[in-house]
Parts: sequence; C-alpha cells; structure tokens
Amino acid sequence: MNRLTEFMLPPAKSTTAEATDALFHFINVTSIILLLGITVAIIYFSWKYRRRSDDDVTPVIAHNSKLEITWSVIPLILVMIVFGWGFTGYINLITPPDDAYEIRVVGKSWLWEFHYETGHVSVNELHVPVNRPVKLIMSSDDVLHSFYIPDYRVKMDVLPNRYTSLWFEATEISESVIYCTEYCGTAHSNMLATAHVHSQEDFETWLETAGSADDDMDPVELGEQLVTRNACNTCHSADGTRLIGPTFQGLWMAERTMQDGEVVVADANYIRESILEPNARINEGYDPVMPSYAGSLDDRQIDAIIEYIKTLQ
Amino acid sequence: MATNDSTTNVKRLQVRRFKPEENPETHYLNQEKGLWAWLTTVDHKKIGLMYLGAIAFFFFVGGVLALLLRTELLTPARSFMDADVYNQVFTLHGAIMIFFFLIPAGPAVLGNFILPLQLGAKDVAFPRLNLASFYIYVIGALFTLFAIFTGGVDTGWTFYTPYSATTGGNVMAMTFGVFILGFSSILTGMNFIVTIHKMRAPGITWNKLPLNMWALYATSIIQILATPVLAITLLLLTMERALGIGIFDPALGGDPVLYQHFFWFYSHPAVYIMIVPGFGVISEVISTFSRKIIFGYWAIALSSLAIAFIGFLVWGHHMFTAGQSSLANMVFSFLTFLVGIPTGIKIFNWLATMYKGSIDMKTPMLYAMVFLFLFTLGGFTGIMLGALSVDIHLHDTYYVVAHFHYVMMGGMVMAFLAGLHYWWPKMFGKMYSEFWAKISLGLLFIGFNMTFLPQFVMGAQGMPRRYFNYIDQFQSFHQFSTIGAYVMGVAFVIMAGYMLHSLLKGKPASANPWGSRALEWQTSSPPDLHNFHHTPVVINGPYDYHKPMSEFQLGIATSHNGHGHHDHKTVNVSKTEKEQA
Repeated sequence: MNRLTEFMLPPAKSTTAEATDALFHFINVTSIILLLGITVAIIYFSWKYRRRSDDDVTPVIAHNSKLEITWSVIPLILVMIVFGWGFTGYINLITPPDDAYEIRVVGKSWLWEFHYETGHVSVNELHVPVNRPVKLIMSSDDVLHSFYIPDYRVKMDVLPNRYTSLWFEATEISESVIYCTEYCGTAHSNMLATAHVHSQEDFETWLETAGSADDDMDPVELGEQLVTRNACNTCHSADGTRLIGPTFQGLWMAERTMQDGEVVVADANYIRESILEPNARINEGYDPVMPSYAGSLDDRQIDAIIEYIKTLQ
Repeated sequence: MATNDSTTNVKRLQVRRFKPEENPETHYLNQEKGLWAWLTTVDHKKIGLMYLGAIAFFFFVGGVLALLLRTELLTPARSFMDADVYNQVFTLHGAIMIFFFLIPAGPAVLGNFILPLQLGAKDVAFPRLNLASFYIYVIGALFTLFAIFTGGVDTGWTFYTPYSATTGGNVMAMTFGVFILGFSSILTGMNFIVTIHKMRAPGITWNKLPLNMWALYATSIIQILATPVLAITLLLLTMERALGIGIFDPALGGDPVLYQHFFWFYSHPAVYIMIVPGFGVISEVISTFSRKIIFGYWAIALSSLAIAFIGFLVWGHHMFTAGQSSLANMVFSFLTFLVGIPTGIKIFNWLATMYKGSIDMKTPMLYAMVFLFLFTLGGFTGIMLGALSVDIHLHDTYYVVAHFHYVMMGGMVMAFLAGLHYWWPKMFGKMYSEFWAKISLGLLFIGFNMTFLPQFVMGAQGMPRRYFNYIDQFQSFHQFSTIGAYVMGVAFVIMAGYMLHSLLKGKPASANPWGSRALEWQTSSPPDLHNFHHTPVVINGPYDYHKPMSEFQLGIATSHNGHGHHDHKTVNVSKTEKEQA
C-alpha cells in the first residue's frame, strides 16, 4: 500500500514534504480499508440477501443505538485526527524560520520573475541554495496566479493587491518544475518555471556572476538568449507561427497596422516602446495582454533583443 | 385507524382502499393535447418532464464538450484546438454541467415530478410559479447560448476576478444568464417548502414524510438562502466589468479574494443543492429494492438538514491557498470534517437497510450501489482535501478535478440515473430493457473509473487543472483517461437508445412494478392529471414493508373528498372497504 501512495506522489525534496506525505499515506490507507469494508458489505449483502421469492418477508430493524453511535463516533475520531495532523503540518508550512533567505517573486501573465538581493532578476528560473530555508515574497502584476512546486509540496496564490509568501528548504541539489495553478488565461499552462537548487557556494557564485556573464557575448546571441530567458518566446515565435503575440520573423522595419488604424514602422524605437510600455500601441488583431519589462531589462539588453530581431528576416 | 389524532384536535376520517388502476386510458400525458397545452401546462409532472428534456439537452452539450476536452488532451500542446478555444470549452463544460444540469437535475426534474405524488397532493402549492420557474430557466439558458455565440467566455465556471473583469468575450451575457437562472432555482425551492408544509395528504406527519421529501426540503432551504448571494455576486461582477466600481479590482482598492468568498458562499452550498436530492433518491431506491424498512429514518432525515446547515459554513475550504488568514483556514478545515460525519452516517444507514433485506438487483438498485461505491470514494478524497497541509499540495490539481467528478458524477449523476430508472415507469407508463440498462450501467462504471482514477494519480503527482498543455510525464495518464471518457460516451449512447425504444415500443408498466410502499406508486402509471382519483390517507410510514400493501392504498371514502369530479372512475376499484370510528 505504501508503494501505491509512493507511486502517486512526486519525489519529496523539501524538509516539510515528508510530513505532508505521511498524512497523505495515512488518509489513503484508512480510506482504502474503509472503502474495501463498505464495498465487500455491499457485494456480500446483495448476494446473501438476494430476493428469493416475491413473498420474502424482511425483519423490522429500524435502528440500533449502539451501532449508530459506533459508526458516528469512530469516523468523528478519525477525522479529528486528520484535522489535527493537517493543521499542525499547515502551521509548519506557513511559519518560515527567522533566518530564511528572501527572494521576491512577481507573477505576470505569463511568466515568473525572481528578484534577488543583488538586484538581479531571473525570469522563469528560480535559483536557491540547498539546505537553507528560502522565503518567497510574492505578488502579481495583473490577474491571480498561484505558485506551486510539487516536489516541495508548497503552493500559494499570487495576488495583485497584496503580498503573499511561502517558504521551503530544499534538501537536494536538483531541478524541480514550478507551475502556475490559478487559471490566468491563454498561456496559463505555459507559465512554467524551474527551481534550480545549488550548493551554498555555487549559489553565491551564481548570484555574483549572473548579471555579468552576458558581458562577452555577441549581441545577437545575447538577444536570442534573453528572448528565451525572459519567456518572450511563450507568446512571440521566431518562425512566423502566430502565437498570442505577433511573430518576430519579418518584424524589423515592417509596416504594422495598429488597432486604431495607425500604421507604424517597426523600428528600434517601436520595439523599445513595445518592451517597456507594451500596451501603448496594440497590433490589429491582438489583445493587450503583455506585461511590461520596464525594470527587468536594461537598455543594453533591449539593444541585444533588437539586434536579434533584425536577424529574423 | 383514524388520522390526525391528537388530544386537542381529533378529526375522524372514513377511509377505504383505492387500488390503483392498471394501464389507464386517460392519464396526464394524454389528458391535455397539443404543444400549446404542454407549453402552458401548470401540471408539475409535465413541467418536470420539460425540465427533463432541457437538462438532457444540456447534459448532451456538456458531455460533448467534455469529450472534446479529453480528445484535445490526448497529446500535450495542440492536438486540434487552440488554447483559447480549449479555455472556452472547459469553461462551458463546467458552467453548463453545474448551472444547467446538476442544479436543476435534483429539484426541478425529479423533485417536480415526484414531490406532489409523494405528498398525495394534486400539484405543488404554486403551479403557475412552477411554470414561471421553467421559463426563467429557459431565458437564462438563452442568455448563456447568446454569450457562447457572441465571443464566448474563457474565465472558468468560477468567474474569478480580476481575470473575469478584464478578459475579452461576452462574460456579461453569461453571468447575466446564470443570474436569471438563480431565480428559477429560488422559486422552485420556495414552492417545495410551502408544498411540503401545507399540502401533505391526511396522515403524512413529519415522521411519515418520505426521506426523499426531507432531502428536497433541505435542498430547498439551501436554494432559498444561498442563491441570492450568487445573484448579488454576479451583479457586482457585472457592475465591475461595465462600470468599474472597484469592489474586486485591486487597482481601485478592491479585493479579488472578496469575490472568492462571495462566490463560494453560494457555490459550496450549491454542491449540496446538487447532491442532497440524490441522497433522497438513494433512500427510496435502497428501501424499495431491499423491500425493507429504512434503517435510521431520523438519522437520515436529520443528517440532510445537518448537511444543509453546516454546508453553509465550509465555503472557505476552496480557498486554503487563496490568501485568507490561517485562522480562517483552521476553522473552515474543522467544519469541513464535521460535514463529513452526517454524510458518512447516511452511507452506513443505507448499508444497514440492505442487511437482511430481500434485495432485487434491478437497474435502479444497481445504480444505487454504484452510487454508494463512487460517492464513498469521492467522500474519502474530500477528507484528503480537507486536511490543510495535504490540500496545500493538492489544491487546483487534477486531484481536485477527480474528487469533484467522483462526488458530482459518481454521486449525483448516478443517483439521478437511479431515480430516473426508478420513476421511469411512473413517468411514462413504460418499462425499459433491463438487459441494455445493465450493459449501459456496466460500461458507465468502467468508463467512469478509467476516466477519473488516473486523475487522482496525476493530480497527486502535481498536474495542475485547467491546463491546455502539459509536461510529457502525464501523457499516458491523460490518454487512459480519454479512453475512459469514450467508454462513458458509448454507455450514454446506449442509454439514449433503450430509453427512446422504451418510449416508443416499451412494454406497459404496471402501477407499482417494484412493489414499493411509497405513495407515488399507489396511483396508476402514468398517473392522472391530478395524481390521484381520491384524497390519499396515510397511516403507515413510507418504508413499512412489514405491513400489507392494502394499508398503503387508502383514501377518503366519501364522495365529496375534493376529487369529486373524478369519482366515477374510482368506483370499480374499491374492494376492501374500511370504516373507522
């Protein structure tokens, strides 16, 4: 039976996961025993007491206080155990240790931004140190999202009007998938990210070099990387496919018709404005759904993206 | 055997036996003729059948949408529809199944048809209001169809803000449709409460009320008290979208979590509007086909009321990760477990009713057994979701999807089908093929478990719900689930087939084909337009199988009994005339 519940759960990679799993196992095992009992009783009764003739006489058994008290009190005790167990586990889940390392999380349709103490921002990649409590302070720039890492058994909604938080302590150096679990529109199911767990040293090295690693890169190559890293490609293809936003292919210096009928040439200023103030002008036939990248992309990075778009003719 | 005996108010009635007429020439289906007579009828039975037609249509539409969804999910990313279409389809599947099928299925279809019959009344208390509620339902449905064809809706059936206040499509027509629909539900609930209070036949005291009536009574209370909150919520949402009043919009100082509180304050009790009438049906079916007195009458009756009451206080368990306070989470989790107890008690009472019964494994009874199994499984997984720490992991995953399909489809749809097969002979005076009904039920059971069991595993492994795209590791589960959905589709096609056959060429049904003691079976199949040719008098409980059938067929003996104009038809059926002083 343990194997069954292990089959049901993803690997447990946080300090709190095991406690949650234990309760999951307990409820499963108890439920399966009770369900089996009830099912066997249904099948046994319907065979043993099957109708033998139309004149069957049945006994008058209208109630039985002892039996009724038993089957009310035992389930009550069981659910109170489950309640207490679940509540204690929950208290641990919402009480981060004081020394937790804080990372700021911003949910936007449809990407995750992670802001670190150094000012560095990573998109759709959460980097954390192993064996150290991490507290995420989260908010949304638009609609509701929900931040979920199955391997850590943690989830919390991300709201536009307030900060919510969750914490975890990763126990192994590995990668885990992050989902958005509050429906947020067209690309809801593509709003994925990855949690990268590093050793403390590697994490510090990553934090120091994260912003500067791009320095030596060729602008076009850098632009291509930025497009992936910032999840631009969730909505904008490079091969002409129509996704949620217009494709980048053939965009450079093309004449674009806006919703209000205005025709704009897609030059560097237009692309820059589209990145920083995406809803200032909307292409005909598209929805104003893109979040602003002001603050997460600097001028040099925008240059690189423009250089990359130029190559997509 | 006088009824209404009490020290203060002694009323003596002369009663005699009225054996129900077999295969009557005139009955409610042919006493009024023509389409216009149907459309303007105030007969509760015909209104019930019109509702049945309407919800069958919506069940078909919702079912086809479900098959489209499952087909799309055969592969990750795009199989044949775009993400936007997928989002509209799952929204419609949910909204149609809940607002247009599940909520009216219990009270408006089975309740409408059976409630006055079980009470020995001619009709509900306000027949015209009853007809009005049907047309309000139709108008609400038209608004929803209008919304579908003018841009669609992609918010999910929950209409969560701020997404629903900002997305494109015709959210306003849809919410307005659901808003209108609510009034239909309220009117039905009010009608039922008044009817149960004021129109019970002589002798039906509160402790002789069929459990189906207790269940509908509890349901009606929820309908009246909860539905107005949905109306207010949807109105606020419409104002939010149209006028930007800022109740829910954070940019204007509103709070999206408030919307969730409002929404679930209705929508959790609504779960009980859907399932409690099912409990009523199961009580009737299990007692009838076990030919045995129900075990724990009061436990079952009061647990329905307890569920109705506690059901109002657990809405917050939909919001454990939404950002409400941890104190609120604790209280809602605690109350959620409490609501599980009366539900468990019912399961045990039904089982105990089968003990030492004379069990006839006819289709309705098989449906009731399938209900017991699937609903219990749904209940246990509900306990799992009520546990705070585990819910943090499982919330908004396929585990929740599987759970509520086990409760709603495995529970309510099975109970509804149990009731439909049980009362079918009464509704149409025809029998259906037991053989094909059992084949269909077998396929339905297999298909249902194939569809939703893998979803528990997927969900626990982390697959979020409402996902158009998914990561490869889930593909085999999704494919298995889709095949299960096709099997269910086949089962429903077979069901439509044998039901249609029954209507056209079915063998005539006797007045009481199951040998039930319940009052609705003590009149002809199909019943007269006014249900009974006499005023029924009840002296036994509805499940007193140890007493002879003749004691369940009594009516007021005098000719001026309120049904005088039909008297000429009843003369030939009196055999054991009884007179009591």
